[in-house]
Amino acid sequence: MKNNFTKEHLLYLRGQRVHKILVHTARIGVLVLLLGLWELAAQLNWIDSFITSCPSRIWKKFIELVAAGTLWHHMGVSTYETLAGFAIGTVLGYCIAVVLWWNVFFKETFEPYLVVLNSLPKIALGPIIIIWAGTGKASIITMAVLISVVITAITILNGFVATDKEKALLLRSMGANRFQIFTKLVAPANVPTLMATLKINVGMAWIGSIMGEYLVSKEGLGYLLVYGSQVFQLDLVMTCTVVLCALAGLMYGAVALLEKIVVKRF
Amino acid sequence: MKVLELKNVSKVFYSKTQETQAVSNLNFDVNEGEFVAIIGPSGCGKTTVLSLISKLIQPTSGEVKLYGGSNVGYMLQRDQLFEWRNIERNVQLGLEIQRKLTEENKRYVENLLKKYGLWEFRKHYPAELSGGMRQRAALIRTLATNPDLLLLDEPFSALDFQTRLDVCDDVYAIIRSEKKTALLVTHDISEAISLADRIVVLTERPATVKAIHEPRLNHIAQPLKRRESPDFSKQFELLHKYLHGETQ
Repeated sequence: MKNNFTKEHLLYLRGQRVHKILVHTARIGVLVLLLGLWELAAQLNWIDSFITSCPSRIWKKFIELVAAGTLWHHMGVSTYETLAGFAIGTVLGYCIAVVLWWNVFFKETFEPYLVVLNSLPKIALGPIIIIWAGTGKASIITMAVLISVVITAITILNGFVATDKEKALLLRSMGANRFQIFTKLVAPANVPTLMATLKINVGMAWIGSIMGEYLVSKEGLGYLLVYGSQVFQLDLVMTCTVVLCALAGLMYGAVALLEKIVVKRF
Repeated sequence: MKVLELKNVSKVFYSKTQETQAVSNLNFDVNEGEFVAIIGPSGCGKTTVLSLISKLIQPTSGEVKLYGGSNVGYMLQRDQLFEWRNIERNVQLGLEIQRKLTEENKRYVENLLKKYGLWEFRKHYPAELSGGMRQRAALIRTLATNPDLLLLDEPFSALDFQTRLDVCDDVYAIIRSEKKTALLVTHDISEAISLADRIVVLTERPATVKAIHEPRLNHIAQPLKRRESPDFSKQFELLHKYLHGETQ
């Protein structure tokens, strides 16, 4: 569709475009500048690249790890654990929220427990998890679930409770039962809440899986990080960190895209 | 024929610190095809009366009788259209809830949409409609379940003054052409006079019937025109006095 814009309008649009390009350029510029400075400092021996590593060494290490095939394996393991923790934590948290919304008695009974669990640093449960779930993937996924499930339940429950009372009244005047109020009103009205929770849970699940790997694992990016620091291979540590950044960013991007598609109407 | 009858209806609300008598010994009725308005000072329990009639709450004592089935349609202050449903799916909401979304009822709703100028907008979402059209859609949603009695809870109060007068005419015309019985709750005296066949004036809380007034402006078809009638201001004064307790 062609629009007939006025000259002033076109000027305004150009201004907007220029602004957007400037912001993008600045973003990339900051990254390039930092990396360049880091590299330069290492090359000129301002800093000890044995301790700080540097972009060129990280790149070399990255190529090396990719060539050896180990990186894919560790990335796969961590991603699998994170996605599993993310999915289970979100679904379980949502179900808990539904049950507590459904029954006021349950809600009043269990709310203080949720609050306490939410303030508890879940990493403190590490030793218990290891003893109960073993030292494999199960305990890492459990950690990721624990970290995301409570905040999910609390956020979603708050969304459910805050749903427009007048709309609920309208449905009740039509003769709706609680199940219909949930499916026709509360669930669709809280799709944006769910999407916001998914975004939070990307971070939560990564914290859980990497923490879990610190504690128990024999594989995964968390394991590689700990291993790298123990053998004092800062190149390995930095490479893992960068890869982790990329993976987390990618997952967040996927959720943000999903939100954009789903939330159009809500 | 009576559609609704309230017999000695009282309602008490309890809270931690006090009990509040919202409605006390309320008696009035609504006949088939009638347009009745309830006016009263703000906070006198007008909405409670509607909640009692639609059985959302039970009376503490007395009886709310709905003759010919208990199918009432409730229209609220704000249109309460669901933003994630298009207009067609919004107006079908009541039928969905009551599991009456048959082909016949769908056609009935289609007809309403066509008759009242929303057919072209059926695939649009509420955010894309004007305030007046949204309120019309809300009315069609209320009519869709073919209720015996329409309950209107200040349906125009969320609109600005100019729109309010237009939407008022619009809603009135639709209710009349569908031959529906309606019970309107409002704090706006002019609205009550211009719309109703009968006006029930309530007292301060606990609400009870203070007077029943008949505007007798039926010879004028449009509510907006009724406001121009010479009788209008006299009736306004009378009702104003009723509301503020200056008459016996």
